[in-house]
Amino acid sequence: MEKPLTGHIREDLRPLTLKEYEKVGGYQSLKKILKGMTPQAVQAVVKESNLRGRGGAGFPTGMKWSFVPLDAPKPKYLIVNADEMEPGTFKDRLLLESAPHQLIEGMIVSAYAIQADQSFVFLRWAYKVAAHNITKAVQEAYEAGYLGKNILGSGFNLEMHLHTGVGRYMCGEETALLNSLEGKRATPRAKPPFPQVSGLFGKPTIVNNVETLSCIPHIVNNGAEWFQKLSLTNDPGTKLFGVSGKVKKPGLWELPMGVTMRELIEKYAGGMQDGLKFRGALPGGASTDFLVEEHMDVKMDYPSVAAAGSRLGTGTMIVLDDKTSVVGFVKNLIHFFAQESCGFCTPCREGLPWIEKVLNAIDLKEGRKGDIEMLEAHTKLLGPGMTFCALAPGAMEPLQSAIKYFRKDFEKYIKDQHEQKSGIRTVTA
Amino acid sequence: MLTAEEKKEIDEAIHIVPYRQAACIEALKVVQNHRKWVSDESLKDVAAYMEMTAEELDSVATFYNMIFRKPVGRHIILVCDSISCWVMGYESLRDELTKKLGIKFGETSADNRFTMLPNPCLGTCDCAPAMMIGNDLYRNITLDQLDEILKKYE
Ligand SMILES: Cc1cc2nc3c(=O)[nH]c(=O)nc-3n(C[C@H](O)[C@H](O)[C@H](O)COP(=O)(O)O)c2cc1C
Ligand code: SF4
Ligand code: FES
Repeated sequence: MEKPLTGHIREDLRPLTLKEYEKVGGYQSLKKILKGMTPQAVQAVVKESNLRGRGGAGFPTGMKWSFVPLDAPKPKYLIVNADEMEPGTFKDRLLLESAPHQLIEGMIVSAYAIQADQSFVFLRWAYKVAAHNITKAVQEAYEAGYLGKNILGSGFNLEMHLHTGVGRYMCGEETALLNSLEGKRATPRAKPPFPQVSGLFGKPTIVNNVETLSCIPHIVNNGAEWFQKLSLTNDPGTKLFGVSGKVKKPGLWELPMGVTMRELIEKYAGGMQDGLKFRGALPGGASTDFLVEEHMDVKMDYPSVAAAGSRLGTGTMIVLDDKTSVVGFVKNLIHFFAQESCGFCTPCREGLPWIEKVLNAIDLKEGRKGDIEMLEAHTKLLGPGMTFCALAPGAMEPLQSAIKYFRKDFEKYIKDQHEQKSGIRTVTA
Repeated sequence: MLTAEEKKEIDEAIHIVPYRQAACIEALKVVQNHRKWVSDESLKDVAAYMEMTAEELDSVATFYNMIFRKPVGRHIILVCDSISCWVMGYESLRDELTKKLGIKFGETSADNRFTMLPNPCLGTCDCAPAMMIGNDLYRNITLDQLDEILKKYE
């Protein structure tokens, strides 16, 4: 099984030096493009590969790049979104800590494709090892002449800076990330104008995920067809898949796009811990809808997971077992979203804390009649199109699907009104 | 008053952005690095240096989780309270730390040794529960390891 992204990572996870990386084919794609590919040709192969963004939304990367005006005056920016903070997501950490040169190579090639002359790594503050390893790798790349002025004598210039954030989930939203890099609060921006036209400091800007950009050198080296063949389905490439929760062997694996949820849980994660049963899973981080037993054979790729009513998201799955409280699980997620809401728009700022309060009441067996209906109404009021960014609709995904699949778990704790007034219970077994 | 060293570090950050104010988060980081937290006094000094009002800068400072506008202890314990760590029982880790150190989330121990804070997902969910102390990451934590871990931080 081919593992282009992680195959060269050492068992002890120490990153390769530049020299070691070159021995396993590192920086070949950079040499290839500078020798004889136009930016348009690099864009074309990426477009043809059908690579989709690995940051969660799955937007086609080649198409995203094509909106950058190639002839716009400099500066232009390429930014890698390394703010990984979606609960349950732990995939970019590996690429950042253990394959920094692959990311840098991907960034240089991508910057060339959009003719950017400035690049930033927007790194989450908590990733200390990554910060150390990237700093060292960037320095090596400068020394080798892969960064800076007139790269390998081609006339192409690129500067690269590491920016470590100061902690806020919203920094991962791409327009909020731009505000944060400009020294502002990380609130999102209205679109249009899109960042490709007016992004960082009002200049054309591309923001891509770590895993997305790490794919680029391999696509440029081996071609679009090769990339498509890596996958078991029509959705190309390999993907980092993770499983956390009460399984026997939680972990992270690079696998072909299109492995099934069953294979991930049973084969790779070793199945559920003894004495526990699978109840459901969020397939791609905290802001994705639950999949349940009936979806075990769903292929993990963007269209198949969407057809099953959820999203592939970040590809890192959180498993819910039968001894863990569903209401407690969802409450924990909503607590996160309520805390990390940037407060810019009312439904999200006011709605999430309210939802958290109601879930808390239900969790304490103090729920009231009408609470579930109220929660359901909120999944619409905070749904797509009702808020300024995707945080709130994302927060509603686990909630709406939990109510759909596990309604009884919520109902169990709702007292009927008579009981609330009189204190007398009516229990229907 | 900003020290010469702080000013030098802030100037380096200003150098890579098109205008001064864009480096204000970096400036806050520099000052916090040297002083552990950002007091009202420090905030005013940074604001003046960045040619911003203190109010403007404070609106930025208070937005971010990792800029401390209140004093903190010598070591900061960040316990992951997000979903995978919740499933794997971070609550007993939190309670054990409270028992050992006598502080709850948001508090600093009387000897100023530790501040304990909840923190969203630390990006190591396959090794839950997880926490950070200072720059160090601890994962797959069991309660019997805690004494050994805490000993390293004086
Ligand atoms: C609240 C929120 C947080 C996000 N956090 C991240 C993140 O940490 N990393 C990331 O790559 N994308 C994140 N995204 C998605 C980005 O907005 C953007 O779609 C992505 O970086 C684009 O890269 P891609 O096309 O390569 O996937 C987040 C989105 C939202 C709404
Ligand atoms: S949806 Fe939430 S996070 Fe997004 S802009 Fe509105 S308040 Fe901010
Ligand atoms: S949920 Fe705790 S590290 Fe991700």
